[in-house]
Amino acid sequence: MQLTLSGISKRVGAEAWLYEMSLAPQPGAVTVLLGATQAGKTSLMRIMAGLDVPSSGRVSVDGVEVTGMPVRERNVAMVYQQFINYPSMTVYDNIASPLKLGGRPAAEVDRQVRALAAKLHIDIFLQRLPAELSGGQQQRVALARALAKNAPLMLLDEPLVNLDYKLREELREELTQLFAAGDSTVVYATTEPAEALLLGGYTAVMDAGELLQYGPTAEVFHTPMSIRVARAFSDPPMNLLAADAANGGVQLRGGPLLPAQLPAQATLALTIGVRASALRVQPRPGDVALPGTVELAEISGSDTFVHVHCGVGEVVAQLTGVHNFELGAAITLHVSPAQVYVFDAQGDLLSAPRRSGSAA
Amino acid sequence: MSRIELDLAHSYRASPKEDADYALLPLKMTFENGGAYALLGPSGCGKTTMLNIMSGLLVPSHGTVRFDGQDMTRATPQQRNIAQVFQFPVIYDTMTVAQNLAFPLKNRQVPAAQIKARVGQIAEMLEMSHQLDMRAAGLSADQKQKISLGRGLVRPDVSAVLFDEPLTVIDPHLKWQLRRKLKQIHRELKLTLIYVTHDQVEALTFAEQVVVMTRGKVVQMGTPEALFERPAHRFVGHFIGSPGMNFVPATVAAGQVSAGGYALGALGAADGGLTLGIRPEYLAIVPPGEAGSLPARVQQVQDIGTYVLVSLDTAGQSLKARLSPDAAAPRVGDTVGAQVLNTHTCCYNPNEELMA
Repeated sequence: MQLTLSGISKRVGAEAWLYEMSLAPQPGAVTVLLGATQAGKTSLMRIMAGLDVPSSGRVSVDGVEVTGMPVRERNVAMVYQQFINYPSMTVYDNIASPLKLGGRPAAEVDRQVRALAAKLHIDIFLQRLPAELSGGQQQRVALARALAKNAPLMLLDEPLVNLDYKLREELREELTQLFAAGDSTVVYATTEPAEALLLGGYTAVMDAGELLQYGPTAEVFHTPMSIRVARAFSDPPMNLLAADAANGGVQLRGGPLLPAQLPAQATLALTIGVRASALRVQPRPGDVALPGTVELAEISGSDTFVHVHCGVGEVVAQLTGVHNFELGAAITLHVSPAQVYVFDAQGDLLSAPRRSGSAA
Repeated sequence: MSRIELDLAHSYRASPKEDADYALLPLKMTFENGGAYALLGPSGCGKTTMLNIMSGLLVPSHGTVRFDGQDMTRATPQQRNIAQVFQFPVIYDTMTVAQNLAFPLKNRQVPAAQIKARVGQIAEMLEMSHQLDMRAAGLSADQKQKISLGRGLVRPDVSAVLFDEPLTVIDPHLKWQLRRKLKQIHRELKLTLIYVTHDQVEALTFAEQVVVMTRGKVVQMGTPEALFERPAHRFVGHFIGSPGMNFVPATVAAGQVSAGGYALGALGAADGGLTLGIRPEYLAIVPPGEAGSLPARVQQVQDIGTYVLVSLDTAGQSLKARLSPDAAAPRVGDTVGAQVLNTHTCCYNPNEELMA
């Protein structure tokens, strides 16, 4: 199913909720809407669903215009942050309801309910009421009902946000597999960069009502076209350092010269972006050094996040494994000039690191 | 500030008989004066029950709560001198930021000059100095939660400050800043801070000691490093880390360990069955057939940005390996060797506990 949004915008009173944008999510794949709260993700989804009419522009499905067509006349399944189930129906009937509406034979409905419940690990609760389940189980019921609908377009608005961290991890993996197995076009909103990367597929980065970039998720992550995209799609935040174009490369203000070949259109003032994971304590040939002092070290288990006060400003380094640092201790971080992003004075990308990994 | 000692159990039922009747199973633990602690576990694990018992909102059905050796089991939150910060902002919309921050001090008749100095100090730490005269009503949810944090931290004489999932409503970017602020504030003010969360990253980055709980039971209290490197219980191995620890059932015979008929190497454990635990960070992918490895098929290779996550299938069991983006990643469908036994491997007995 090809959903196409052409030049849509949304104004409420004098306020612009969505600035003019066009987006055609990849059919049959997952498109992640990534952005902070208030970025416009929910407003955009409501227009996709037909719950709201855009102030301008057109919405079409497989080439047929559906702008203004109400949601009940479209074949869309939605899952919200809050678990929405029919409280007086059993889990079984909750999942069966969209199937029964489709007028299928009872045996077929039964088979599908059980298959979906098994996939989402709620098959042992089929005879219970939603209120007798935990939050995570209730959200699974809502997800099962949405999947049962087997709609060509499935919209999920931060469906895992109210769940425990670990449960989120588990359900996210199950969902990724279910999406891959089905042929629905899925749109999934989240505020978390890590979630977008785990879901894979395609990502549309949004910020303050604007659509900034759309493309395959890994590509958008590795090649953010602007500082705004880089900022929205990095966790920990990308380190942004002020710099100037210089002879033979980029001169960091208060720091070393990074040898680089700048494109002809480079502005004099530049911003260098360094992902926290590109900083290392062990130097490699060709690295430049950023000496500083440790302000704080946070151990997350698999990684240590070191906050360092450097001549070039405050930076965060993500080091694999557990490292102990004395606060105030001297530390030198190293980065390969080939691993940095260069943005021009307008915040547009001039160059991105070469990708060495073979992962697709 | 106080040293808080718990020696208690709690059941919401009148006469608890079995483990399942307890919200908190019998436990004994001490929170040292000036420490930063996190209570971590899934919903329903008992962490909020424990917090409410410490704050005085709940009286435990069994046992005692002591503050500096003194029995406080039935004392109110006021008597215990506890400050609390909740999931959602609790502030007065009609007051300014400064008035909100000053309120807990004013209530306790702290002299005006002292109030002014302390409010100034807290506002500076939270980077709200420029907003002191603004009305709280006009601020964003993030800013309001910052005021809540400030109100929790403003009294220098509290026994402890308790946080119940305080960063849930905060966007990922601001979370980074606030977590860092809390850590710096802890260092400067030396308050006892106890932080409840289900988010391992928040818990591990914030606390010096993390208490991991499941089903009403404390399964480990330790440093972030200990929880990662030597999980005392399989639950900790699974819950900490993203993805969690891999587990492989294995058998030891005459000092040699094997899994699924494949010899893995020497292991100093008694003969019999055990479970090997290996973190995705430490599982090595080696050429197929290499000595000491399990044959595995590559199911999925994901670029997670800062690392590559490889999902393997070995005899119907799923294993995860986390590779550096510089490493050569295998391809989906490849047959490889999974090396699960090395210095980082942990052994678990049938009770799911770490073997020495």
